[in-house]
Amino acid sequence: MAKCKLEIRLAGSGGQGLMLAGIILAEAAILYDNRNAVNTQSYGPEARGGASQSEVIISDDEIDFPMCEQLDILLCLNQQSLDKYLDDLRKGGMLIVDSGLCADLPEGDEYKVYKIPFTALARDEVGKVFVANIVSLGAVAGLTDCVTRNSLERAVLTRVPKGTEPLNMKALAVGYREAAAARVDQPVGATKPA
Amino acid sequence: MAGPKFKTGLRLMSGNEAVAEGALYAGCRFFAGYPITPSTEIAEVLAMRLPQVGGFFLQMEDEIASMAAVLGASLAGAKAMTATSGPGFSLKQENIGYGCIAEIPCVIVDVQRGGPSTGMPTKPMQSDIMQARWGTHGDHPIIALYPDSVEEAFWETIRAFNLAERFRTPVILLSDEVVGHMRERMFLPKPGTVSIYNRRKPRREPDKYMPYEGGAQDVPTMAAFGTGYRFHVTGLFHDRTGFPTNDPAIIESELRRLHRKVDRGYNEIMKWEEFFLDDAEEVIVAYGCTARSARAAVKRLRLRDRKVGMFRLKTIWPFPDRAIRQIARRAHTKLLLVAEMNTGQVLGEVERAVAGKCAVEGLQRLDTEMITPRQLMRALREG
Repeated sequence: MAKCKLEIRLAGSGGQGLMLAGIILAEAAILYDNRNAVNTQSYGPEARGGASQSEVIISDDEIDFPMCEQLDILLCLNQQSLDKYLDDLRKGGMLIVDSGLCADLPEGDEYKVYKIPFTALARDEVGKVFVANIVSLGAVAGLTDCVTRNSLERAVLTRVPKGTEPLNMKALAVGYREAAAARVDQPVGATKPA
Repeated sequence: MAGPKFKTGLRLMSGNEAVAEGALYAGCRFFAGYPITPSTEIAEVLAMRLPQVGGFFLQMEDEIASMAAVLGASLAGAKAMTATSGPGFSLKQENIGYGCIAEIPCVIVDVQRGGPSTGMPTKPMQSDIMQARWGTHGDHPIIALYPDSVEEAFWETIRAFNLAERFRTPVILLSDEVVGHMRERMFLPKPGTVSIYNRRKPRREPDKYMPYEGGAQDVPTMAAFGTGYRFHVTGLFHDRTGFPTNDPAIIESELRRLHRKVDRGYNEIMKWEEFFLDDAEEVIVAYGCTARSARAAVKRLRLRDRKVGMFRLKTIWPFPDRAIRQIARRAHTKLLLVAEMNTGQVLGEVERAVAGKCAVEGLQRLDTEMITPRQLMRALREG
């Protein structure tokens, strides 16, 4: 069984929708999976651009220290955040990158690396680049089972703007599909923390 | 805009949102403020929610005017509050003093960020502890509370209003960027399940009303302007009629009463948490976001059979001298480690309370990053 606490960081630049993604993930865990979660954020003063990250800790216990200490999962939607945060990922932890935006990836088998072109998928397949956050959320959940799919769908539906529900459901499904494909290539069981 | 009068049930909420909802539960129907990071969400939520519950939201031209508007609203009978951060808290101080001497109940939220001056808007510090106590001049009593979670932010906001109404005094609700911005689970209670205190109103005829007669509890009754009671309010020393006086005997007795009403409420006002203190040899003293780290450190050290505990301040002012002294006197207590994101503002108070009964050390961090559990464990020579 996986340990009952997961530390997740969703990182990229301002405007990529990662603050919302963090809220959705925490709400899926708390409201629909009946687990505990804490969500914290840090971002620069810019409305777009600048480093931006959202942390979610999911646990079955009380969460005392609300910040991540050793990441189990790191999602990077740009190279800058990958360079900045890779050291915070524990050995054997899961690195999920937007392969269209991150070129310089860590070598060796220190981390389990999953490369998915979130932004390109959002633009070309879903039709809107701004749902890259939801595509990546589907992939993170699909790869880690940190929240159940039903809960995540409900959380997305209650948080996204009216009228964009079908678009976001499609984005989520694309993320899950990519995760399933990546899991076949590289089973995730080995990445589960002891 | 129509909306629910009270939100209920399980939510994911930030500390700032919880403060806003807590205020509504407590009966707050007036907010005046000037937005400032990291407190802005309180104003943002109340701008939407107050009109839904028949309340009034006012964005003023600055913090000084905001505080004045809050005092005015309270004198007119409303439960009123404002929210700000360090730089705005500085500006509000003059009128907070007016609220203290004119005995006007209200709640001032200070979501602390890096300082002095504009400092660091988006990161936490805990460096307004002494400003909450002595930010306004003159020898005044003050009540200040400091929650460490979203859930507690809700409950302590209600308590802040209850204490303000009970003791006819401004109450400061301290928070910090971490407590204000982090999102956690919050279970919002149904209305009616929360005990609410409302200021005592005069029973006498309007022409016999004495707005500053302390009575048996040293807390005067309070009439609302516009209800037929005419009375004078001033920042000058005044007698029980509310009109200025320069009679030394009245000045001293009134000032003594002002302090006495809060001193006598010690047990009512004081709230703290003892975590694993029954046999603790080393006790981390913490509050606000730092208490989150302290709790994690205590749990981890207990797994290593270390006799460590935490004393968490929920009421910061008046200072829980007696509670801390009592812990220092326990035979097994060897060390109090005061952890805070300032240069030792609570450390000095702890030293004063302990008066040499056990060792006291400080752990301070000023870089606007939270003190980590690991850092606390290192300070206790472990990990």
